[in-house]
Amino acid sequence: MTDTTTLPNSLRNLPDEHGHFGQFGGRFVAETLMPLILDLEREYRAAKADPAFQAEFDDLMEHYVGRPSPLYFAERLTEHYRASAAPGPNGERRGAKIYFKREELNHTGAHKINNCIGQILLARRMGKTRIIAETGAGQHGVATATVAARFGLPCVIFMGAKDVERQKPNVFRMKLLGAEVHPVTSGAETLKDAMNEALRDWVANVHDTFYIIGTAAGPHPYPELVRDFQSVIGTEAREQIQKAEGRLPDLLIAAVGGGSNAIGLFHPFLDDAGVAMIGVEAAGHGIETGQHAASLTGGAPGILHGNRTYLLQDEDGQITEAHSISAGLDYPGIGPEHSWLHESGRVEYLPVTDQQALDAFQLCCELEGIIPALESSHALAALESKAREMREDQIIVVNVSGRGDKDIFTVADALGVQL
Amino acid sequence: MASRLSAAFPADRAALVTFVTAGDGPTGEVLDALVAGGADVIELGMPFTDPMADGPAIQAANLRALARGTRTADVLAIVKGFRVRHPDVPLVLMGYANTMTRPTPTAFAEAAARAGADGVIIVDIPPEEAGEVAPFAANGIDVIRLATPTTDAGRLPAVLAGASGFLYYVSVAGITGLQQAAQASIEDAVARLKAATDLPVAVGFGVRTPEQAQAIARVADGVVVGSAIVELVGKHGVDAPEHVRAYIHSLKAAVEAARKEVA
Repeated sequence: MTDTTTLPNSLRNLPDEHGHFGQFGGRFVAETLMPLILDLEREYRAAKADPAFQAEFDDLMEHYVGRPSPLYFAERLTEHYRASAAPGPNGERRGAKIYFKREELNHTGAHKINNCIGQILLARRMGKTRIIAETGAGQHGVATATVAARFGLPCVIFMGAKDVERQKPNVFRMKLLGAEVHPVTSGAETLKDAMNEALRDWVANVHDTFYIIGTAAGPHPYPELVRDFQSVIGTEAREQIQKAEGRLPDLLIAAVGGGSNAIGLFHPFLDDAGVAMIGVEAAGHGIETGQHAASLTGGAPGILHGNRTYLLQDEDGQITEAHSISAGLDYPGIGPEHSWLHESGRVEYLPVTDQQALDAFQLCCELEGIIPALESSHALAALESKAREMREDQIIVVNVSGRGDKDIFTVADALGVQL
Repeated sequence: MASRLSAAFPADRAALVTFVTAGDGPTGEVLDALVAGGADVIELGMPFTDPMADGPAIQAANLRALARGTRTADVLAIVKGFRVRHPDVPLVLMGYANTMTRPTPTAFAEAAARAGADGVIIVDIPPEEAGEVAPFAANGIDVIRLATPTTDAGRLPAVLAGASGFLYYVSVAGITGLQQAAQASIEDAVARLKAATDLPVAVGFGVRTPEQAQAIARVADGVVVGSAIVELVGKHGVDAPEHVRAYIHSLKAAVEAARKEVA
């Protein structure tokens, strides 16, 4: 594989030295945090150039996380769409061949662990002795609590009180792993408020605390380093699909909340012009209802949590509440690189409603024997419109970013089932 | 415009800088009470849904103000009214980038200048993103920078470049309204900052009592008090102005006594 980052026109060269992806990204933090952010950037540059850091990361990926995650041919789902696809104008058969990137098989059940391993190695390198993180669905909290246990560091997880209520199994998991779970009761008591509280803790404890941000957002260099750690997804998928099919895929699909699983899959393919990409945003009850979490489709550029990016907000710049059935997508912003990929047109962003995600969730359970996370179900829902439009010899890779065991209570509730 | 601010920091005594959140309680009357009590500089907080550098008191004030439907236009109207009633008292708008760059940085800066604001403090725009605040300077509005305990000597020149009005020393690494820094560390920091700039240095975060204000006023050019006032507004609501005036008066007496002791 060639290293395309050296090409002058590469889409993979960003951010620039100020952490900007076009007009997005940057370092919008209080002065107290600024020296630490600059330290982190220096330390990350040094770690990137250090073969020992990469070797330790790779070793943990293989033996602790269980990588590489499989690239799986979803045969029955492929047949399902083929059976109901109309033939093309020249009578050609339609219904693309669907592969799953099985991130749900990772240790802790989602892609989140990839980033946490990378960041805790950085924390240790910087001599930090205390870990904090925010979490929405609890997947990032569990992944952070896991690596904190593995490396013997105390850990506090900030979680919106509403999310603590709707994600009880993950709260208990975090506690079993030795983390302190701090319910956040400000604002709407969800992910954005958890992030505010984590930032407040960090600013008061900069001397010893490392903040493991869970998505490819926040002040530079977080969007870059989270993307780099998550790029293991796309790098593996690239090799795996070449081996399985002898060529690159035609379309990549991934769900986007903050967007770390999506950027991890997309980034290694950005310079491959023949590979189309769809990021799926949570449309909640529908964009037109205002109750959604689709920052690109229904938001505007603004500044929050350290970066300039698309946000759900009113005309005064007050942040509005996001809604999604998926706690992991219930955030009013998106990673800055996605904002840039949206404006540059390289990636298409598609809204998918709670109901569409629920339907895709059930279809995946029934046809593939895989219970996907509600986040990943949003990506799977995009197959409804895309798989049937594509020729039979075309290939789609969907990122099944997490497993859905944590969501069964939410799904039961939505389906009107009493457990 | 900047002259109002510089005049508020005379050489012979420290200025009392006071903060309240716009739209929380009877703001116009509270501002009048601050002036009546002896405040030298007004910081008016722009309410924001996500005040991530603020502690519980100011967070709650932000939410109260927003719950009452306070809009940016209302905040600017408060500034305008204040400027008419108090032509000589400097007023600084303080808040977060997302509301203070709307609809564009230039449009907001022009509106703030028209309303009569003298300066802005935008908590989440560090010197690295200084391009965002250029329109304020272009409209005669001072851009007040923050220095903190984590701002080391190597970084200080970047903080001071483009700073005007005064330098706000955030004396604790933390959020507003909680603990106060040790007096010794404040004295060291103020000495270090004053060696690096001719701007007045005001010290804030966690200052509540007249005794604390007096100790800081001995060494700094200004003392900033925020959360304690905001708590009075939260507690007393429509009756807040008289309580605020009495409290500010006690702080002012302490601040004035500080330099007399030295002299």
